[in-house]
Formats: sequence, structure tokens, C-alpha cells
Amino acid sequence: MNRRNFLKAGLLTGASLSLPGVYGNYFAKSSSTLAENFDMVAVKNGEPEVMFDRGIEQLGGIKTFVKKNQKVLIKPNIGWDVIPERGGNTHPKLVKRIVEHCYQAGAKDVYVFDHTCDDWRRSYASSGIEKAVKEAGGKIVSGDSEGYYQSVTINGAKVLSKAKVHELVLDSDVFINVPILKSHSSTRLTVTMKNMMGAVWDRGYWHQNNLHQCIADYALFKKKPNLNVVDAYYVLKQNGPRGVSKNDVAVMKSMIITTDMVAADSAAAKLFGVEPDSISYIKIADSMGAGKKDLSALNIKRLIL
Amino acid sequence: MNGSLLRKIRIIVSLLFLSATTLLFVDIYSSVPVSVSNKILFLQFVPSVLKFITAISLTAAGFIIILVLTILFGRIYCSTICPLGILQDIVNWISNKFRRKKRGKFNFLREQKVLRMVLFIIPILFFVFGSALLLNFLDPYSIYGKIAVNLFRPVVAGSNNLAAFIFEKFKIYAVYPFALKGYSLIPFLITAIFFLIVIVMSWIKGRLYCNTICPVGTLLGYISKISLVKIRINEEECLSCGICAKECKSSCIDTDNKTVDTSRCVVCFDCIPSCPTEGITFSNSWDDLFKVNGKKDEEPDRSKRNFLTSASVYILSLSSLAAQVQKKIVVTKPSTKPVFRNVAVSPPGSFSVERFNAKCTACHLCVNACPTQVLQPSFLEYGFLGMLQPRMDNITGFCNFECKACGDVCPTGAILPSELEKKKLIQIGKAKFVKENCIVNTQKTDCGACSEHCPTKAVHMIPFENNLVIPEVRDDYCIGCGACEYACPTKPYKAIYVEGNKVHLTAKKNLELKKQEEVNTKEDFPF
Repeated sequence: MNRRNFLKAGLLTGASLSLPGVYGNYFAKSSSTLAENFDMVAVKNGEPEVMFDRGIEQLGGIKTFVKKNQKVLIKPNIGWDVIPERGGNTHPKLVKRIVEHCYQAGAKDVYVFDHTCDDWRRSYASSGIEKAVKEAGGKIVSGDSEGYYQSVTINGAKVLSKAKVHELVLDSDVFINVPILKSHSSTRLTVTMKNMMGAVWDRGYWHQNNLHQCIADYALFKKKPNLNVVDAYYVLKQNGPRGVSKNDVAVMKSMIITTDMVAADSAAAKLFGVEPDSISYIKIADSMGAGKKDLSALNIKRLIL
Repeated sequence: MNGSLLRKIRIIVSLLFLSATTLLFVDIYSSVPVSVSNKILFLQFVPSVLKFITAISLTAAGFIIILVLTILFGRIYCSTICPLGILQDIVNWISNKFRRKKRGKFNFLREQKVLRMVLFIIPILFFVFGSALLLNFLDPYSIYGKIAVNLFRPVVAGSNNLAAFIFEKFKIYAVYPFALKGYSLIPFLITAIFFLIVIVMSWIKGRLYCNTICPVGTLLGYISKISLVKIRINEEECLSCGICAKECKSSCIDTDNKTVDTSRCVVCFDCIPSCPTEGITFSNSWDDLFKVNGKKDEEPDRSKRNFLTSASVYILSLSSLAAQVQKKIVVTKPSTKPVFRNVAVSPPGSFSVERFNAKCTACHLCVNACPTQVLQPSFLEYGFLGMLQPRMDNITGFCNFECKACGDVCPTGAILPSELEKKKLIQIGKAKFVKENCIVNTQKTDCGACSEHCPTKAVHMIPFENNLVIPEVRDDYCIGCGACEYACPTKPYKAIYVEGNKVHLTAKKNLELKKQEEVNTKEDFPF
């Protein structure tokens, strides 16, 4: 296996990217009584795993996205050596539930990794995600070694035309992005697009070269998440992305599920209480065609449990 | 007692100690819990003494057990517990494989009494005057630690990474690569020189290091002169054939005069099975001790004493000179605004740079235990006297807020363990912001990597031109962990760095944080 093979695999899976959408329509219409084809599902007032169960149901279940024998990558935010209640990392119960859904849909392998900010082994442990993934039978992988990252080009990017991306991103059939909604000292807010910084090796480059533009650029990369699940259960309202104490956290018990990263970030911003247009990278990504920030154009299913 | 059985027991016990001790230093997966690590190192002599001086407690009483063992059975520490001693036995064993004549390469050698005394007293004087430098260079445990961390650990990491590379091809990620960070040449070279010296000495002369240089060996050696059971020649049985002397890797058996220099004997029991008669035994010596009376020590040698005093004064003055020329550490390469750190940052729990320099023997156990690898062996960052002692290297990593591994493992008490909540407030240094180098200022774009990583939000973002935000440091909350410096992406210079605190302080707890209001989760969505 070498870089070329990874790239090939990346291209093939990239080419099949449009398929989930097609299947999505098919399953949403045929497999349930819900005739509607939703662009986004927003869920509130439940435990993470329950909100995911109910939310994904509206999109025809995980089988809309995951087929038998497929290789799935789940990319949560495991950036920090903090416990779940601190709102620094994606809720472990949510990650666990998604892994379980994938296996129920017949997935061959389910991998989970993040390129962390704090020491990765401590972050994997404190976040509870390592344990949760293992309990569900998933495979937790290190994101800490440059050897795992392959060079790719991003077509249409203004600044970030090249990046080194974790081989699992390129290599998996289905890519599920599971960020946590948080305040952020540099970008004001971190949700789905910002979470992609944990899929690449050199984050410093983004910081050095117009952070907002780089975040938007990466959203154009062909290997996009097939599904985004935004965890807004514990929300770090201030002092993000790491937080200082539990005082920074509001218990919002919410979740957003959609295939469109820009739409996800836009909805998450509103949920957080800021205008999407006040976040530069959302505006830029929208203007570059990475997705739609205008929520009024979307068919949204809203569920309050 | 049966000599060959004793010898076998000695070999098994020593190999157990050596492998357990080595594991602690090359444990890249951090698989050994602190409690186990502390137990394994409990009996290491110099660390235990130092810790006992710092924090008088039973957890540091290992050296007392060693003293008792020595009084009873001689230098058991040297033969079965000291990792450097066992390493030399292994080198010696390998060297025998390369010899045509399998047996008997040693001869009795005269004791280098003056050298032993000098090398015993000077490290103590150094220590009393506030430098652990010579213990760092002479304590066998600390030398072995350096060898294991700087030479063996890279080999372990390399083999692991090769395995990880192969497994990765089969999509198995359970074995993961371990990147050794901040590996610098000079500590590696110094350690390599130590290693070479030890190998050459033991290859040719067995336990020469232990019998002429090692201060622990000298101390325990002189104590074992009065030990209960010792290796002794039975004058009636001994044929003065000299076979045992040729087997003795301590070169301490004088068969012509039928005496054993117990101060150099490391009770390895190699001699007993070699004896064709029962001329050499491991037996009770106190019977004789009480019989012999009036045998006084010789008069003290004045010239030797004078030499000792002048030598130690000379070396002390040399080292204080070296402390004067303490080098400035270049944080970054020269550029628009080069940045210098005036005071090196010592690990949390060391209280002050001075105290740390005085207590740390540079065994590098903490270097391996540190999960972020921010602890790196120094060269001259602390000055000559602190050579090889670990320092916080924020280019390589940063001190993990929730971690206190270094204090937990430190066997000498140079880094004392602290409660996690207390450790989180130990201010080892303060962040300094260099606006001239900051991306927000120079490129007029958002960055904030420093503030992102700051665990206390001492580095927070304040409004700047064009709706941008720029970092500001609040000294009171800063603990000097170096996360900001590590994360700062400016090249080639950092826009934020940590200036060490000579004496560590206590940071204020960030109490400005307002508690978030309860959210009504049944409310409609805002979109």
C-alpha cells in the first residue's frame, strides 16, 4: 500500500460520494412512513443516544448512509484532556451509539480517530470516547503520527490547496463527522467545518495563512463527510475550545444531523446564539459553494422530545 | 552454603531487577502504573537517600534496607539491584563469549584507595554546596537511567514503529507509532560516551567502575568490611592456586596472601564454585571479629587529606565559574524579533530552579514518563551544573494540565509529587507575548492558537483592528505550561513564549467565570 493506492481509493470513494444522496432519497421514501426528504434534522431535549436514534430515523436510518461490508470512519472532536461534562469533546454516548448503528447496518469496520491538541492518549481516555468505541466494537486509531497522513490536493481552494489527510479519511467508504458545538477563541465558533482540522496533520499552516479561508477551503475537499452529526448536548458557551471549568458549559441537549457542513454550521450558530454571517468561515464557505448557509431554503425536520 | 546455587539465585534476581528497571525507562506506552514504578525503584540507593533528605518518609526508606542488607551480606545492592552493575555483568558475560580461553581472565589488583575516597567525597561536597552534578555523573542508577532513556528507548520506539508500519498495512491500528520528539544530539552524545566507557571498562576489567569510581560502591564496600557474612578464604583449605582470583570480576581476591578485599567484593559468588577445594566460602565473619582485638586502623594519611580538600575546592570553584556563564536559550532563530528565554523552566514540583539543580541526578525517568515529551534533557540551559537535568522544552511539547506524572515517578524528590488541583496552580513561568511576531498583527487575520490551548485562559483574546481578536496574557492566571508557546504557529519565531520563574509561584484561580444560565431545552429552535 502506498500513497498512490490511498489516493486511488480516495478517488473511487470520492466518485461514489453522490450515491448516499440517491440512496437517501430512496430509503427515506420507501423505508418509512415519512414521505418527506429532509435536508436536516434538528433534535432537542433528549439524551445524546436517544436524540441520535430519533434523528437518524427521520433520514431513513443509518442504512441510508452505511451499506453492508463498508468501512466507516467516525471523526469526533477528541481535542482535549477533559471529561465529557466540560464540553470540550464530543459526547462519548453519541459516538458509541453511532458506532452501534453502523455495525447494525452491516458495516465491516468502524474506525474512530482525531488529531488531538492535548496528548492523544490522555484525551482519548478522559473524553470517554476510547472506552465507548471499544465497548461498541469499534476500532480506535491514533491520529498522532505523521506517517498516517497522505498528501492531497484541494481543487478550488484559495489558500489551502494542499494538505496531509489521515489515511482513514481517504480509505473509508463512509465518513461521518461528529463535532461538538463550542465557542472558540480564534474562530468564535467550532462546529463541522472546523472539526476537519483534526483530520489533517499541519494545523499550524491554517493558523499561519488566514484561518477562516483555510477552514472554508478544506470544506471543498472531495472527500467530504457523508453525514454530519453535531453534538450540542454540553455546549461550551465561553472560553472555548478547551474551557476552564464547568461554569463555561450550558446543558443544551440538542443535535443537528445533515449532509451539508455549511448548513450544519449555520444552524449550530443560531442554536448557539450568534448570527451565521458573523462567523467568517461560514460566509466564505457558502460563497465558494461548499454548502448552503441559508436555512430558509432547506427542508428541516424539527423534533422536540 | 552452596556457592553455585547462590550464584544462580544472584543471576536470576539481578536479571529480574534489571528487566523491571529497564522497562520503566523505555515504557513508551506508559503501561506501568506509578505505584508499581515506585516499588521497583524503592531500593535504588542514591535516589532513595536524596528523597529521604527531602521528604522524610517510609516511602523513601529503601536505602536503609540496603544498608541493613549490606551489614548482613555485603554488597547485595551492587550484585543484584544496581542496574549499571548488572549491565556490566552482561557486558562481561558477552566478552567471555569472544574469548578463546573461556575461564579466568582477571587478576588481583591493588585497591585505588585515594581515587575511591576522592570520588566518594567530592560528589557529597558538591551536593552539600547545592549541585547534584557529580551524582548525576557518578550515581550508577542515574547513569543507567540516562543510558536507557537516551540510547535504549529510541531502539524500542524504532522497533515499535516498524511493527506499527507493518501492522498498518493490514489495517491493524492497535500498535501505533511513537514519535520521539525533541531528540537532541548533545545529551545523546554525552550518554553515549558514558555507555562506551562503561562497556570498555567492564569488557576488559569486569567491575572496575564499581570498585574504583562508583561512590555507592565505595560506601557500601566500606560498610561491607564489617558485614556478618562475607566471602572469605579458608586458610587451611586454600591451595593458593589462584583460580578464584582469575574468576573474580572485582579483582579483589589475593590468593598469595589468602585475603579478600571485601570493600570491593560484590558478592557475585563466581569464585566459590571455581574452587577445587573448599578454600573460599561465604560465611559468618563476626565470630572472628570478636576474637581479633586491638587491630586498629592505620594512622590517617595527611597528604591524602590535603589532596582531597584542595581537589574539592578546585572543582567547586570551577563549577561556580561555569554557573556564571549560563547560556541564554534561543527560543527561535533570528528574525524580526528574536526571543530569548533568560531562565530555563523547571518542572512543576521542583519549587525552584536552584533546588532542582541541587537535587536532580538526571536519571531521566521523568523524561520517559512525561506524556507530552515536554521534559527533555538539557545541555547548558540550566548552566554547567544542571547539565542533562530535564527542562521544559516548549518547542517539543507542553505541560499537560491534567498530568503530574513527573512528580509521581521522580525517585529522588527533585520533583515532588503534588495533588493535581495544587499542581494546576503551580506557576513555573509566565507567558510573554511578542506582538511584533503575532500573525493577527502582522497578517491581519485571526489566529488565536495560543489562547485555544491555554488551560486557564490566562492567554485570552481581546478586540483588535477590523473585528479581529489578539492575545493578551494575564500573569496572575498563567502557570507557565507552555501550551501557548507550543501552539504558536509563527515561523521562524514564536510570538508567545514562557519565561521561567527562578522560584515557582502560585497562580490565581480564574474566578471570573460566570456560570451559564439554565437553558430551556423545550423551547422552539431558533431556525
